[in-house]
Amino acid sequence: MFISIYSPAPVVWHLQMAQTERRDAPGLPDFFQLKRLARDQLIFLLEELPGKKDLFIDADLMSPLDRIANVTILKQHEVDKLYKVELKPIVSGSDQLCFLIRPRIKTVKWISDLVNSDKTAGRFRRYKIIFTPQKFYAYVTTDEWNFYILPLDDDILSLELPEFFRDTFLEGDQRWMTTGGGALHLLQSVYGSFSKVYGIGRCAKMVYESWRELTEEGEQRTRQPEFAKVFLIDRDVDYVTPLCSQVVYEGLVDDIFRIKCGSVEFGPDVTSSDKSIKVMLTSQDQVFSEIRNEHFSNVFGFLSQKAKNLQTAYDKRRGMDIQQMKAFVADELKGLKQEHRLLSLHIGASESIMKKKTKQDFQELLKTEHSLLEGFETRESIAYIEEHINRQVSMIDSLRLLCLLSITENGLLSKDYRSLKAQYLQSYGMDHLLTFANLRQLGLLEEQQTGETLTVMESKVGKLVNDKTVGKLTDAFSSLAKKSNFRALSKRLALVPKYGEEYDLRVPRDMAYIFSGAYVPLSCKLIEQVLERDGWTGLEEVTRMLNGQEFAVTGL
Amino acid sequence: MSRAKPEDDEYWNSSKYRAFTFEDDDDEFSRLKESKRAVNSMLVDDDEDDVEDVERVSWSGEPVESISWSVKETASSIRSGSEQGFPRIDTTPSLSKQGSGYSLSSLFKAFSESSVRAYAPELRRPRSDGKDFVSDLSLDETIRRMQKGRGFSLEKFRSLQDKLLLLDKAVSAHDGNVITAVLIYLKRSLSKEILFRELMSREVALRHYIHFLKETGEQKLLMDLLKALGRTEDMALMQYKEHLNIKDEGRRKDFLKSCLSLPFSQDDAAHVQDHYTLLERQIIIEEYDKKAVTDVFKKFPRKASILNMPIITTLYYSCFYHYGELEGTFSSPSNIRKTFRISEKQYILTALGARAKLRSWSDVDSLFNTKNWLGYTKKRSPIAFHRVVDILQKNSAPVQVLQDYVNLIDDPELKLSVALKYKCHDVIINTYRDLKDRQLLVSYRDKLEQDSPEYRKIQELLSNGQVRWKN
Repeated sequence: MFISIYSPAPVVWHLQMAQTERRDAPGLPDFFQLKRLARDQLIFLLEELPGKKDLFIDADLMSPLDRIANVTILKQHEVDKLYKVELKPIVSGSDQLCFLIRPRIKTVKWISDLVNSDKTAGRFRRYKIIFTPQKFYAYVTTDEWNFYILPLDDDILSLELPEFFRDTFLEGDQRWMTTGGGALHLLQSVYGSFSKVYGIGRCAKMVYESWRELTEEGEQRTRQPEFAKVFLIDRDVDYVTPLCSQVVYEGLVDDIFRIKCGSVEFGPDVTSSDKSIKVMLTSQDQVFSEIRNEHFSNVFGFLSQKAKNLQTAYDKRRGMDIQQMKAFVADELKGLKQEHRLLSLHIGASESIMKKKTKQDFQELLKTEHSLLEGFETRESIAYIEEHINRQVSMIDSLRLLCLLSITENGLLSKDYRSLKAQYLQSYGMDHLLTFANLRQLGLLEEQQTGETLTVMESKVGKLVNDKTVGKLTDAFSSLAKKSNFRALSKRLALVPKYGEEYDLRVPRDMAYIFSGAYVPLSCKLIEQVLERDGWTGLEEVTRMLNGQEFAVTGL
Repeated sequence: MSRAKPEDDEYWNSSKYRAFTFEDDDDEFSRLKESKRAVNSMLVDDDEDDVEDVERVSWSGEPVESISWSVKETASSIRSGSEQGFPRIDTTPSLSKQGSGYSLSSLFKAFSESSVRAYAPELRRPRSDGKDFVSDLSLDETIRRMQKGRGFSLEKFRSLQDKLLLLDKAVSAHDGNVITAVLIYLKRSLSKEILFRELMSREVALRHYIHFLKETGEQKLLMDLLKALGRTEDMALMQYKEHLNIKDEGRRKDFLKSCLSLPFSQDDAAHVQDHYTLLERQIIIEEYDKKAVTDVFKKFPRKASILNMPIITTLYYSCFYHYGELEGTFSSPSNIRKTFRISEKQYILTALGARAKLRSWSDVDSLFNTKNWLGYTKKRSPIAFHRVVDILQKNSAPVQVLQDYVNLIDDPELKLSVALKYKCHDVIINTYRDLKDRQLLVSYRDKLEQDSPEYRKIQELLSNGQVRWKN
């Protein structure tokens, strides 16, 4: 099961949890409780401002909120009108305004302007701000709605924090560390404590620390644990995986249609009608749950078979007498219709995926990704990326390939970096200078350092290390000194199957099938290894290449 | 780009990837299409309410009760004017001050006065923990209370040493919010120079401070800080970023000009120079073209202005609307190519796209024509010819044109597969003829319409006694 801190970029920091004994054991805890808790707390906060009020909600909170409450519940607690926060002047006749927002400075500024303009106009209103999941800068007078975790599916929990990645890894701001700790603390207090915690990465460590502090201060609960083990892993431990194209159904649906907050919008080309439909993609959808993790090549056959079965089931009606028909309508028809609808949508989606992927030469893109992972024909890959850029095809794909090239090769040769960057800027716009600066800061797209530059850097870092309080490598410099070591890691952990080996996608033998048998996801492999060994013993070489910061703790 | 070496093909055909390809002619894909037709045409007795029921409960990700849905509804009701058009002045004083809404107005006032007093939590009486509020807390206790969002005071940390201890303690607590709260206090109570100096050796705190300044938009202070840190490239980029907030092109151009002197890295300086030059050119071109009445503009009216488009888009535009203009004019392709040092490959790709879009096949031809020293014309290309065919085909070039380029593909196998993909009959027939492969010819003939020219061509070949078939 996943707890993920959601980020719209292809990079996600996540906490992965594993259960006792069987790692894919059934019998997950019921996460409905988390929703109920969140709803109750929200109602409590709304009740604190008695009387009719208008509620302003941050746009990106609306989908998560939909999973927790509905309009009736809000109305029951005297919410009169609902508005989206748009950072524009408001039109509201209410005497009481309530704001449900993410802790962002520009939103708070907007509210303060609003309050001041009311004041100037001599208008008296009462205001309430509720920050979620937490307030910022140690405010004391505002409220927090500790809506940490949203269950997206039976086995996926998400923090739905789009800014987490940027704030943490790019800006070096640690404001969300306590959120991670709080989320784990919440899980623990609802579902019992964990027997073992493993982790790797700087943030993982900080989150763990914050969680530990909360646990030590809080009341002790002795309950039979429902989760056995927790695995905390930083996104930057494994950038390679999110940079590769998944070829399983769910991955492709996300690629083409973008899954947001567990749901997706299918346009008219998929629905075979003139309107778009928003669909929840969870294990409740029988068709989806059977194909979501299948390699795309198996999906067509599966759907065709389903369609045949459905026809057979419908055909049963022929020759039924009234009684049988009645029973059929009562027992089966509804289910069949539901399945019919699902089937029609997923077939439509598959067709649309196929069309779009054929058009964009997906096959060649995959081939390039695989070459980069295997580390052969790098010049050809560079030529392919270059042409991709020259033809102004997808800006994101070009960037994704560049990053993959950089990480698998420990940075680009200086002349390649300069030439590819220049061509990228020509094709997609000069302001991407800023994009390149950010990616460089993150260590996602770098120029190989010549020996000379490194020495200068090291002496600078050396000075800082001797400085009174720092005591360790600083972020900015460590990202420069840090190498991805992908090639060595891949060899050590056998991430890329040997050249020319047979790989039957219908009967996958390992996780590599997600990438058509070309690559086993680094983070997943790492978790597998640690769980097998019940710790990091024997993985010293691997953790060293991943910049260390690993830990394993028993009993919390 | 020619990547399809024979051994490659073997690799792709024999290895693990074989199971499936994202190509049109996949058998399973056609099966899927059939299934789609089948599923969509399956007969269901449609009782309307049942359909709705299903849609409401399990289909739309947003049930009718949905909040996002209602918000849209509210917004539209405002537009339709059911809400009062201007704010009503309400003079009824409200007496109840329970709840937590009471202190916000003063909080906001402070906030908007561009002081950051609102952040300084000591001003506020804590809501729930008022009773255990103590003004004289130890360093550790203060940090702990801040982490918990309880009442605390930073004012008692007066000496520089105390303030720095406070900061270091906040950093070691790994709570970004606490770090920033302390920094806000230090920002208010320390001189800029001292704060900068101390931050230099505290990377974590420094990054929080920079992020805070970015978020609050205190650009000037941020520039001073980066300058003091000697991070001149960051400073230049940060300054350059401001151009994104300028809407007016003229002002944007002037701003970019002012950026030219910033301390960018050597490469970036060239890029920024290009950015400025580009916008300057675009403004001139736009000025003329928005009134342009020449044929090409009439036939293909512009869908958008050229302002702020990337260099390559500008080149494409110029190849589309200003092809053949003399190098002296700013809008000519050759001028743009030269000014922005565009590679031959890139130029050909872009010009090819633009001229093919206009179906100007003679222009396409002349892009690739080169004369050798005997004055003999030959087609050469920095892009692989199968790519050229691809681009031509995407612009719906006629078979005659496609065929010429398919014939230029070196690798015979690739040539044949491209020809088959785009149904270039002549190329296919000639290839089979050269292979002296009767069987392939026969089976290809059977796929064609009878009495089509290509069908007749095969018939003629097969009845030609001169050819020595190998089978």
